[in-house]
Amino acid sequence: MRVVALLAMALFAHVALAIEPLPFKDEAEQVRFQRLVAELRCTVCQNQNLADSNAPLAKDLRLRVFEKMQQGRTDAEIKQFLVERYGDFVLYRPPVKPQTWLLWFGPAVVVLVGAGLVFASVRRRARALPVDAKGIEDSP
Amino acid sequence: MWRFVLPLVLALGLGVLLYAGLHNDPKNIPSPLIDKPAPVFDLPELNQPDARVSTGALAGEPYLLNVWASWCVTCRQEHPILEAFARQGSVRLVGLNWKDQPDDARRWLSQFGNPYTEIAVDEAGRTGVDFGVYGTPETFLVDAKGVIRFKHVGALTPEVIAREIEPRLAAMRAAGGS
Repeated sequence: MRVVALLAMALFAHVALAIEPLPFKDEAEQVRFQRLVAELRCTVCQNQNLADSNAPLAKDLRLRVFEKMQQGRTDAEIKQFLVERYGDFVLYRPPVKPQTWLLWFGPAVVVLVGAGLVFASVRRRARALPVDAKGIEDSP
Repeated sequence: MWRFVLPLVLALGLGVLLYAGLHNDPKNIPSPLIDKPAPVFDLPELNQPDARVSTGALAGEPYLLNVWASWCVTCRQEHPILEAFARQGSVRLVGLNWKDQPDDARRWLSQFGNPYTEIAVDEAGRTGVDFGVYGTPETFLVDAKGVIRFKHVGALTPEVIAREIEPRLAAMRAAGGS
């Protein structure tokens, strides 16, 4: 039992390390905070989110997020606060707008074009086959 | 014919794109604050505890806001360039001492020299966050109306000053007549 507990602690240690204790009033507030900081990018250590990063700036920004929650701001307002300062780059899910169309729809376009090419090529080859070759496997 | 040329052209195009991407600095995040009013601040001055440095008092002429800290290694590398630029006296050079201990900051300046006209103390780092600071040193060029015209992340170099800052300053002087 103790081993399991230790293992669990080791598993979640990285979360505890980065996040300083904050006076949440209930669990719902804490869950909301965790979800919010997990979706915001730390601009110092760019491949980490605010939840995981232990950079001093990330800590400051977490506190600012918490502060805004206490002031009764919505998630959208809090994200807007950071976007006004650091740009869309802080959002792990950037907004859909003309500059990000390629980012959002590019992969789907590539898949569709690829599927189209495969389809066309298969059809062309099927047509290129001689008519009497179709039953070739059945013939003795 | 096209079946061979088209993939080649596509591959070459992708190659060019990726090669260009290699020279893009991912640390250089475009600031959303360009051409927006500089965030309002009113902070204590580092060397005169009674004085304040504020956007209100700075308005009326262009200034360069340099965000630095004594713990910042690149700031030390940038320091001689700032000193040389300050000696020209072409623009007011305001320091923003960000997330630093004032004692450490003063020691740093007495050791290396003080290129700044005045220095705002932002110990808690809130003004820095308002400016979207994420890596020191950062430098903002603010015009006489208090609008941010240019931002540079990382150490200033003589090239950046000559290519980006001086032409903008000249344009501001020509337009503002100050």
